[in-house]
Amino acid sequence: MSTPKLLAQALPRLRLAPRRTAGSIVRHVRCYTAATAAPLPAAPSRPAQSPMRRAPWPTPMQRRTFSASATVSHGHVEPPKPGEELYVTFIDKEGAEHKLAVSSGDNLLDIAQANDLEMEGACGGSCACSTCHVIVTDQEYYDKMPEPDDDENDMLDLAFGLQETSRLGCQVVMKPELDGLRVKLPSMTRNLQSSDFK
Amino acid sequence: MLLRRANAGPCATWTRTLKAPSTPVAYRSLSTAQSTRDGRPFRLAVIGSGPAGFYTAYRAMSKIQDAKVDMYEALPVPFGLVRFGVAPDHPEVKNCQEKFEEVASSPNFTFIGNVSIGTKSDHPDGGTIPLASILRHYNAVVFSYGAAKDRTLGIPGEDLKGVYSAREFVGWYNGLPEHANLAPDLTQGDEAVIIGQGNVALDVARMLLEDVDVLRKSDIAEHAIETLSKSKVKRVHIVGRRGPMQAAFTIKEVRELMRLPGVAFHPVDTSLISPDPKSLPRAPRRLMDILLKGSPSNPPSTSQQPQKKSWSLDFLLSPTAFLPSPTGTPTHLATTHFSRTTLSPSPFDPKAYALPSSSPSQHTNISAPLAFRSIGYRSTPLPEFAPLGIPFNDRWGVISNDGLGGRVRHEERSPDAAMEMGTFPGLYCAGWVKRGPTGVIATTMEDAFATGDAIAEDWAGRGRPFLNAGDGEEVSGWEGVKAEVGLDGVGKARVVDWEGWRRIDAAERERGRRVGKEREKFTRIGDMLAVLG
Repeated sequence: MSTPKLLAQALPRLRLAPRRTAGSIVRHVRCYTAATAAPLPAAPSRPAQSPMRRAPWPTPMQRRTFSASATVSHGHVEPPKPGEELYVTFIDKEGAEHKLAVSSGDNLLDIAQANDLEMEGACGGSCACSTCHVIVTDQEYYDKMPEPDDDENDMLDLAFGLQETSRLGCQVVMKPELDGLRVKLPSMTRNLQSSDFK
Repeated sequence: MLLRRANAGPCATWTRTLKAPSTPVAYRSLSTAQSTRDGRPFRLAVIGSGPAGFYTAYRAMSKIQDAKVDMYEALPVPFGLVRFGVAPDHPEVKNCQEKFEEVASSPNFTFIGNVSIGTKSDHPDGGTIPLASILRHYNAVVFSYGAAKDRTLGIPGEDLKGVYSAREFVGWYNGLPEHANLAPDLTQGDEAVIIGQGNVALDVARMLLEDVDVLRKSDIAEHAIETLSKSKVKRVHIVGRRGPMQAAFTIKEVRELMRLPGVAFHPVDTSLISPDPKSLPRAPRRLMDILLKGSPSNPPSTSQQPQKKSWSLDFLLSPTAFLPSPTGTPTHLATTHFSRTTLSPSPFDPKAYALPSSSPSQHTNISAPLAFRSIGYRSTPLPEFAPLGIPFNDRWGVISNDGLGGRVRHEERSPDAAMEMGTFPGLYCAGWVKRGPTGVIATTMEDAFATGDAIAEDWAGRGRPFLNAGDGEEVSGWEGVKAEVGLDGVGKARVVDWEGWRRIDAAERERGRRVGKEREKFTRIGDMLAVLG
C-alpha cells in the first residue's frame, strides 16, 4: 500500500489539527521514516506488529491512538531538501540513539516532537518553561551555538539535571555548523524526599 | 487498624482486593501496558482538572492502551491553576492547555465538570458525588485536586480590613468565582506590604506595580482592571523572615519586576549575600547577581518623585501583628508590626532558619493600609478520607504517599504485628496534594508523569491489586456512578461535558474579542452555565 493511501486511511482517526495539512504530513513521514524506522500509523484492525518492526520507543501509532494530533501538531518542521540534510542525534532516557535528517532552521523541540521523542515543550516553545531541556554531549558543538540569553538561562536554572552544556531545545536552531549534533534528553526522575515537604 | 476501619466503611469491595490480588497479566508489551485485564478496559477517575490531573491522565493514557479516563472538576471550567493561578501577563505559560485540549479530545476521555467529589458543591446547580461511589466504579482513582486553602499567620489582626490573602487576590484578578466579590480597596494609601517571598508574592507585586494598560490586553478579569486602574499603590514591600539566599522566588519573576519600565528597586541588603557570589552554584549565583545589579530605574527620592513606583525586598522580618490606627477606624489596617530575625547557622546558608534577633532594635513597623499574606497554599483532605481510612498528613498538607509514584500509603499490620507502610490498591495522587504547594508547571508535570508511570507499571505488573478488579468484576465508570447517584434524572445538577466547556470557551473568547483581549472570563458560575442555555 502506498504511503499516501495508508495515511489517508489513518487521517480520520488521527483527527489532525487543522493547521497541518495532509500534504505536509506525508512529506514529513516520508522524510523521517528512513532515519528512525518508526512504522507508519496502521489501521486499527491490523494485527499486532511483529517484534522486528517494533521500534524501541513508543511509536507514533501507539502514542496517537488516544489523542487528537498527539505530538505531531507541535512539530513545525519542513523536510530537508535532498542534499541539504543536516543530521542530529537524540539520545533518549533509555540511552537509545535516534539519528534524524533535518532542515536548517528547525529547532530541536519541533524536531523531537515531529519524531515522537519524549520531549514535552509545555509552554509551546516560548522559552517559558524547562521541559525541553537537552544536554549537548560535545562542548565543541555547544560553543558553536549562539549563547543562551537571560530568559533561557533563567529557565535552565529550574531544569532537572542541569549541566554545563544544557540548552532549551526550543532555542537551539539547526544550521550547517551544527550538522552532526548530538544531544541527550535528561533523565528527570527524582525521588521526592521528606525534606521537600518542609 | 486502618484496614479494619476501611472494611467497616461503605466501600468493602475495594478493600477486599487488598487480600485477593487480581489475576496477573500474562503478557507485557514493550512500551505500553496491556489495555485490559481479562478483556476489561482500565478505568481511571481523576479528581481535579489542573495540570496535575491532565498530565497524569495524559501519561496513563499514553502508556495503557484504551485506558478510559473520567476527569471530575468542581467548577464548570477546566485547567485549575493554569486558568486561575498563572498570572494573566504570563500567557505563554498557559500554552500547556493545548496539550490538555489534545488529551480531552480523545474518545477515551470524559470531562465531568460542575461536579464536586465528597464536598458539597457551593452553588445550587452543582453536583456532588460521594467519594465512596467513585471508588465503586473505577479501577483506580487519582487525587489531583490541588491546594484550595491558604496558610495563615496566626497573628492578631489578620481579619482587619485591608489584610488579604494572596490566594484570594490571585483568584480575584484571575476571575475565580469563589473570589469574584473580593473588591480589594487599593485606594487607602500608597504603600503595600506583601508577607512572603515566593513567586506568588512577586506576582502580586507585579500586578500592583505594572502599567494597567499592559494588563488590560491580558485575560485578567475586567473587575480587576477597574480596581487596579484606581489603585494608589506606589511602594511595595515584599517581606520575608529570612534572607535573599533562602528566598523561594525564582529568577524569572525577579527579572520581570526589575524590567518593569519606570519602576525602581530599592537596593538589597548586601550583607546578606555571600561575599564571594562567584563561588556559588549556578542558579543562586545568577539570582544574587540580578539582585545586586538592581533595576535600571533609580529609587525615587520622596520629595521629588512622589508618583514614581518602587519596590523592595525586606529581609529578616517576622510579622507579629496587624494593627489599626490608634486614631482612625479600628477595623482598618494601618500598620504591620514585625520582629527582627537572625539567620542560623549563617545568612549564606541556603537552608538557614530564622531565629529571634538579639539586636537592640528588635521591632519595626511598616505603615501601610494594605497587606497581603503570601506564605503558601494548603491542601486539605476530602471529608470522606477519615471514614474511608485514607490518611492525610496534616503537617505537610499532603496525602500520605510513596513520594515518587504517588501511591497512597497507609499503615498496615503485618503478621508479626509490626506496623509497616502499605499502599492502597488503585489510589494515587499527583501535583500539590502529593508533594506540597511548590514548584512551577514543569515540576508538576514531572510529578504527574511519575504518578502516570506508576499506574501503568502497576496495571502491567503481576499481582498488583486494583479497585474492583477481582474475578468477574467489571466497572463502567461515569455511567455506573450516574446510575448509582441518579445525577441525570433526580438530581438538579447541571453537568458540563467537554463540548459544554468548548462553548463556554468560545463565548469567553468572543467577549474578549469585543474589548481587544484574548478572553474575557465569566467570573460567576451562573454566567458560565447560562452559555449552555
